Amino acid sequence: MTTEAGSETEVKKGSEQLGPDKGKDKPEEESETPENQKSREASSEEAQDSSSAPAPTSQSSPSSQKKEKVSPESKGISRFLPPWLKKQKSYTLAEPKDETKKRTTEEEQVVEESERQTPEGVAQPKKSLEEAGAENQRNAKADDKEKHSVPSPETQPAKEDGKEMEVEKVATGKEETQEEKEKRETKEVQTAEIKTEIIPQKSPKKIKTVQCKVMLLDGTEYTCDLEKRAKGQVLFDKVCEHLNLLEKDYFGLLFYENSEQKNWLDSSKEIKRQIRSLPWIFTFNVKFYPPDPSQLTEDITRYFLCLQLRQDIASGRLPCSFVTHALLGSYTLQAELGDHDPEEHRSDYISEFQFAPNQTQEMEEKVAELHKTHRGLTPAQADSQFLENAKRLSMYGVDLHHAKDSEGVDIMLGVCANGLLIYKDRLRINRFAWPKILKISYKRSNFYIKVRPAELEQFESTIGFKLPNHRAAKRLWKVCVEHHTFFRLVSPEQPPKAKFLTLGSKFRYSGRTQAQTRQASNLIDRPAPYFERTSSKRVSRSLDGAPMGISDQGLLRDFPATGGQTAGDKIIDIEAAGQAKLKEGGREDDGSPVKTPQLELTQDGKTNSLRVDGENIYVRHSNLMLEDLDKTQDDLLKHQASISELKRNFMESTPEPRPNEWEKRRITPLSLQTQGRHASRAEGPCTGVSDAAKSSHETLNIVEEKKQAEVEIEDTLVVDETNKGKMQVATDAGETCKVEHLSKKDSSSLPSDSSSSSSSSESEDEEVGEYQPHHRAIEEVIREEQEEEDDMKRKEHEEKTQRVEAIPEGSKLKVPVEHTQVTAENLVQENAVTIATEEKNLSEEIKQDLGEEKEEEQLKLNGDVSHVDIDVAPQIICCSEPPVVKTEMVTISDATQRTEISTKEVPIVQTETKTITYESPQFDGSAGGNAGVLLSAQTITSESISTTTTTHITKMVKGGVSETRIEKRIVITGDADIDHDEALAQAIKEAKEQHPDMSVTRVVVHKETELAEEDEK
Amino acid sequence: MAGLGGGPAAFGRCTHAVVRALPESLCRQALRRAAGPEVDYARAEREHQLYVGVLRGKLGLQVLELPADESLPDCAFVEDMAVVCEETALLTRPGAPSRRKEVEAMKRVLESLNLNIVEMVDENATLDGGDVLFTGREFFVGLSRRTNQRGAEILADTFKDYAVSTVPVHDSLHLKSFCSMAGPNLIAIGSSEAAQKALKTMQQMSDHRYDKLTVPDDAAANCIYLNIPSKGHVLLHRAPEEYPESAKVFEKLKDHMLIPIANTELEKVDGSLTCCSVLINKTAVL
Repeated sequence: MTTEAGSETEVKKGSEQLGPDKGKDKPEEESETPENQKSREASSEEAQDSSSAPAPTSQSSPSSQKKEKVSPESKGISRFLPPWLKKQKSYTLAEPKDETKKRTTEEEQVVEESERQTPEGVAQPKKSLEEAGAENQRNAKADDKEKHSVPSPETQPAKEDGKEMEVEKVATGKEETQEEKEKRETKEVQTAEIKTEIIPQKSPKKIKTVQCKVMLLDGTEYTCDLEKRAKGQVLFDKVCEHLNLLEKDYFGLLFYENSEQKNWLDSSKEIKRQIRSLPWIFTFNVKFYPPDPSQLTEDITRYFLCLQLRQDIASGRLPCSFVTHALLGSYTLQAELGDHDPEEHRSDYISEFQFAPNQTQEMEEKVAELHKTHRGLTPAQADSQFLENAKRLSMYGVDLHHAKDSEGVDIMLGVCANGLLIYKDRLRINRFAWPKILKISYKRSNFYIKVRPAELEQFESTIGFKLPNHRAAKRLWKVCVEHHTFFRLVSPEQPPKAKFLTLGSKFRYSGRTQAQTRQASNLIDRPAPYFERTSSKRVSRSLDGAPMGISDQGLLRDFPATGGQTAGDKIIDIEAAGQAKLKEGGREDDGSPVKTPQLELTQDGKTNSLRVDGENIYVRHSNLMLEDLDKTQDDLLKHQASISELKRNFMESTPEPRPNEWEKRRITPLSLQTQGRHASRAEGPCTGVSDAAKSSHETLNIVEEKKQAEVEIEDTLVVDETNKGKMQVATDAGETCKVEHLSKKDSSSLPSDSSSSSSSSESEDEEVGEYQPHHRAIEEVIREEQEEEDDMKRKEHEEKTQRVEAIPEGSKLKVPVEHTQVTAENLVQENAVTIATEEKNLSEEIKQDLGEEKEEEQLKLNGDVSHVDIDVAPQIICCSEPPVVKTEMVTISDATQRTEISTKEVPIVQTETKTITYESPQFDGSAGGNAGVLLSAQTITSESISTTTTTHITKMVKGGVSETRIEKRIVITGDADIDHDEALAQAIKEAKEQHPDMSVTRVVVHKETELAEEDEK
Repeated sequence: MAGLGGGPAAFGRCTHAVVRALPESLCRQALRRAAGPEVDYARAEREHQLYVGVLRGKLGLQVLELPADESLPDCAFVEDMAVVCEETALLTRPGAPSRRKEVEAMKRVLESLNLNIVEMVDENATLDGGDVLFTGREFFVGLSRRTNQRGAEILADTFKDYAVSTVPVHDSLHLKSFCSMAGPNLIAIGSSEAAQKALKTMQQMSDHRYDKLTVPDDAAANCIYLNIPSKGHVLLHRAPEEYPESAKVFEKLKDHMLIPIANTELEKVDGSLTCCSVLINKTAVL
């Protein structure tokens, strides 16, 4: 806040100065063709900022304009602003301009004045229209920018819409200029801020706001204006603030598409990307029904849960018997009316309330009769009693989805805290508890669960259900992932940077788990908030919006002030983002994607590339999943067999930790010497496909393992670097690491993880057992989601993949280095094999894709590589159980891939592909021979200039010992020769420095040198 | 106030029992799955009287005894005619057509108790009470020759508060031919393969984890658990003379008041302990 204030004043100055310049720019813009309008608009905005200084980047004409606009002044201002501020702000500004081209001139001239004073009501509708058309592009662009701007590892699932995808492609080329844009934007943003503050609601031009209506549980309506680009979290927080609700993790916002399809607003994503049509109307609802409401900390939370349940019951969603209807109704009366008063409560007082879908006179009499027996119960007590009874209802907290089984029979799938329930009519015909589910996936309109083999069975079975359509399948999948995460995953270590959590990663449920929210609510330290229970009378509910709801005094007091302020801030941010998008749009038109952009991008911001990486990951995953599903029966069987084999080994391994093993373990110094060995690359798909790649890739895998008392922490650093020079390797690695730490939203920083894991390990042993499968399942699921989101637009995905794979000019060096000692590493081999198959499929697909399309941009290349790695890593961790002596890492490479890739000599290592593995005597989790239980796993990806760092943190519990493994993968891409040894040494050094308390157990260097010339297909 | 049966704590509470006297036609005409020795009517009657005596005398229940109907040889097995849970009674449509008339008498007696009565009128539905296992938390309905899916659906519609899961039953007459509740959270289960398989199914279907009491003999796994205010946990189980090994298992239940009851004669016609009564918990308030 403080910084912003300061900036505002500055901004004003800047804006004033800019005024004249804007006028000049306008004419030019107008002349442009309609196609470029959007881009123009963006450019015009930039123009406002002002200066005519030519931009350094050499892009097509539109881009140049943008560059021109960047003035030294603006840069100066921008310096004062924190980078993230600038970036976000850019967006909103752009949007207003979009509204009308004609207006742009006027608006621009009067930037300050108009913004403050002019009623923009007119402009807004126009905006909306235009937006509809242009939105896709913007969105995509915006996504890119977001990614860059937010130094968070999490990437958002931007690909839901095909449109967005396309846009992204265009945008990538433009990223070069981002920094500049950002700076300009900042100025504009600031002006916007001023405006917003003055007239928060009206500032239509610069700040595009959308009115949100939220139907609250008490039947009242909450209205607020949001930045168009606001994320779901913003709205949700506002609503919760309005409600004075602290234990909000159980709740969520629903919106309906097609009137029947309800969707949960993802708080980590922009609202406008989830809800396509105006108006924005949401319903505040309970999302996760706490199995034991008595464990909620505050009465007000229970109250809202009660309201939800009353709705559920009255609507018939939550069926109950006559007696239960009556009983629950009587508690409702007690809570809302207090003790039965014979004077006041005559015969008909009850009929105003709705207790059941079909309420009869008899029921009302029963309710009244029971009401009399509750004398003396306080409202809070009555609510508690209500909940105690409601929670026992069999359908309490069960989210039902229509589906058909494999034989086409209509069934219902119910998602609840404990797992997945299958109903036929009203009968429960099957149930899959979360521990039993290994994987959840969906493909098109099919929903699959892979179920752990039963006692005597050898193989897992996959059960498929047919959903009405793709969206329904995805919805169900999401609900499953969320429920599983919320109710089953305990992450005792709450990341200190909870703030980031809300942003959410596309991979996972981004909110707190139940365990975490319970923890958090234990810390609630406020006097029980006063709130007024509204009556659930039928009449009041439906019609009048009169806020009978919660009249919390505290709320009334606080809301105007804080609410207003926050709104302003947010608006500003959004604006900036908007600008950015616009500018990008302009670039699009400019069009031709430059092939060198990669480098520039990286240079600009290290954090920028994060998002890109994430996207790639998405694609990867999705491809993987697709492949999996598309595999022939044989492949599937083999795959399953191998998995189950691993699993069996895992299960059979001794439960107790072997002290000897531990003693044996020691940390061996990593030798940097690489053994030249031709190993196929595990990462086949990425590398193999890359035709044009002239950059060299290095992959350094470093596994750190630390043994503390009983706690073993493993750190695996996988470093992929895209490098141009030796210098970069060293610096980049270091930087990447830092980025990671900052960006970790999901989990606490690495060091903290280790400690926390140790503490929690023993106590949680039992629970943990169930988690492992889940965990894995979740990860996979996540991948699928990505795929699914894109599902509709597979083509687009393919395109992306293509891009990724197409490496502009690089030769890839992959040097997998394994340091193997006698420890059990066999599993790794197996894993590798499995992975390999998948990869092959991927690569094949990719190839096909390539053949069909050409990639425009190569930015994602790095990301892809890391992608693959990520996939591999978790598997290894999970699967590698049996202690085996392994010397070398078996690289699984596709023959096809190799052939396709032409390798180029690398100065140091003159082989095309090298994989070297250094391994300390310890092995990964598998070593103990214990069946470890996977506590948690997370993957964090960050990208810096020419490096992509993927950190995978896995926590396992083995026989009372918890072990944290951190696996980092750094990809260095570069044209030039790299001193690999030096790079490796540097990476290891960095890793050690970062996690001094952990030991490096494994280093894998993967070098690839490829000729760019080849066309794959 | 007992919502949802007052919760698991109230499981087994019982104030009333409906029984029916044995017709002499039972001996020769009662349905039986396999031919075998003829029922000794006199002995069967003695055993039955002992059974009723325990309920009435020892446990203090109000026992409503319906007169025998010679035209209905199976009429003593009242359990199949009704499923009563809390204040609601579902009158069944027995799978054996010859038994459908038995429901009429049951209906009358239940009406006299002011229960909410639901009748199964769907002609496609069949349900025997012996296929219905109520655990206090949920229902399991055995899909057997006597009970079909539709019957189970109607039961689910009738008792909406509870989950109703279906369990395939193949090798025995009823689901409760090899299992029953032996305590609030305790399922008595026979040792046969079919019984164990059914138990696994139930365990998978349930969100709750039940304890199990495995007895060597399937027939002995059918017992009657009651929670009598003055006596605590009460368990009526098959006598040691009949199933000595199983009786030993029951005797390990230290918290239960154990009452062995012989059922040798009715067993010949597939009768079990639970078959012979419908237990009702009539709360005073409502």
